[in-house]
Amino acid sequence: MVALGAVVGLGGLVISGLVGPSNPTPEKEAAYECGMPPVGDARERQSVKFYLIAMIFLLFDIEVAFLYPWAMAMRDLGWPGLLQITLFFAILVVGYAYIWRKGVLDWGPESDPDYKHAPRPGPAVIKRYRYGTRH
Amino acid sequence: MSGVLDWLTMPQTIFFLAVTGVVFLALQVSAAVFVYAERKVAAFMQQRYGPYLVGPKGLLQPIADIVKLVFKEELRPKAADGLLFAAAPVISAIAAFAAFAPVPFGASTTFFGLLPEPMPLQVADINVAVLVIFAITSMGVYGIVLAGWASNSKYSLLGGLRSSAQMISYELAYGMSLATICMIAGSLSLREIVDAQAGYYFGVIPKWNVFVLFPTGFIAFLVFGTAGVAETNRAPFDFPEAEQELVAGYHTEYSSMKFALFFLAEYINMVTAAAVTTNLFLGGWHGPLIPEAYGWIWFLIKLFVLCFVYLWLRWTLPRFRYDQLMAFGWKLLLPLATINLLVSAAGVLYFGL
Repeated sequence: MVALGAVVGLGGLVISGLVGPSNPTPEKEAAYECGMPPVGDARERQSVKFYLIAMIFLLFDIEVAFLYPWAMAMRDLGWPGLLQITLFFAILVVGYAYIWRKGVLDWGPESDPDYKHAPRPGPAVIKRYRYGTRH
Repeated sequence: MSGVLDWLTMPQTIFFLAVTGVVFLALQVSAAVFVYAERKVAAFMQQRYGPYLVGPKGLLQPIADIVKLVFKEELRPKAADGLLFAAAPVISAIAAFAAFAPVPFGASTTFFGLLPEPMPLQVADINVAVLVIFAITSMGVYGIVLAGWASNSKYSLLGGLRSSAQMISYELAYGMSLATICMIAGSLSLREIVDAQAGYYFGVIPKWNVFVLFPTGFIAFLVFGTAGVAETNRAPFDFPEAEQELVAGYHTEYSSMKFALFFLAEYINMVTAAAVTTNLFLGGWHGPLIPEAYGWIWFLIKLFVLCFVYLWLRWTLPRFRYDQLMAFGWKLLLPLATINLLVSAAGVLYFGL
C-alpha cells in the first residue's frame, strides 16, 4: 500500500507537470495574502504556546505508550496491577493539575494577564484588548 | 527466477495481489464518491441542487474535477522550499493509503473454495494493527506541517501550526479510548477485536464494543469518534483550513495535482477513520441476517452510515473557537478517557470478563 500510495503521489505530480501549462509571473510566484503584495517573510516568531503543547504532548504520549503493555497484561496483573497504574496516574495528575493552574491549557483571552486583571470588561477594555494599546 | 514465477502463480499470491488492488482502487473511488456525496448532502441540507450537470445527476462531477486539476498549472511561491513543497502532498497521500492496509473488512474466506486455506480479507494481517494504524495516521501530520512550513505563506504556516497542535492534543484522548477497547478485547489485532464482538447479549443486543460494560464502551466510542473527527481535521474541528480565518490553511499555496493529493488524502483518512471505528466499536462485519461469508456487506453499511455522520456533523455544527478546541481536548476529553479507562479496567476485573 505504501508503494501504491507513492505511485499515485509521484505519478500525479509527474503527469500534471507534463500536461499542465507553466507560465509563471511574479504575481503567481508571490505568497497569497488576499491579493495584496506580501509583507515580509512568513517565518516569524510564533506563540510559545505551541512549543508548550508539544512538550506536554510528549510526556502524555509516553504515558499512553506505557499504558498499552499494561492494558494487554491487565488480566494477569489483576487488582494489584490496577492499583499500581492508578498510582502512576495519580503522579501524572499532579503535573496535570500544575499545568492547568499555570494556564498552559488556556488559549483564549482569559489567559492574557492584562485581560484577567482588568476591571469587569466594559467596552473600553474589550476595545483595548482587541485592537491593542497603540490605537 | 522460476522461484519468483512459482510464487507469483500461487493462488494465495494472486488473491493477495487482487485484494490489495481492490482495496487500493476502492479507496480512490471512495474518495471520489465521498466528494460527490459531500456536495450532494450539503446541497440537500441547504435546500439546493448541488452538482447536476456532469453526467446523470452530476455523478461524473468528481471525474471532471480530477481531469480539470490534472490540466491546471502548478504554482509555487518563489520563497517556498521546493523539495519539501513537493514532498508534503506525497507524504500525505502515502500515509493515507498505508493507514488502510491493516484494516480488515471481512471474515476469512476461501473465495468459494478457490483457495486451499481461508485467507483474511485485508491487505496486511498484523497482530499489532491498532498501533500500526495509530502510528501511520500520526505520520499524516507531517504532510500538513511540512506543507504549511514549506509554502512560506502566513496562512499556510498558521494552518500547519494549528493543525499540529490540534492533532497531537487529540491524539492523547484517541490513544486512551483505543487502549480501553484493546484492554477489554485483550488484543491489539483488529481481526481479533472484531471476532470478540460476534454474538448477542440476551439474544437481542449485539455484542459490539459500543455496548460493552455500559456505559464505558459507549463513552470510549464517543471520545474516539470525537477525537477521530479532530484527527481528520473535519468540521467542527477544521482549524487547519478554516476558510473564514485562514483562506485555505495549509494548502493555500497549492494548486493542480498537489492540491488534489491533499484532497484525496483527507477523504481517504476519513474513510479509514470510519472503518477503524466500525471495526473497534460497531462489530465490524458481524451483523444479523447476512451470512458470515458476506459480512463485508455489513461492514460497508456501517462504514457508509459513519461517513454520512461525518458529513452531517459538518453541516450541522459550527466551528469551535481555538481556545475552546484546546480546552475541550485537554480539559474534557483527556480526563474523561483516562477515568473511563480505569473504570473499565475495574469493571473487567470485577465482572471477570
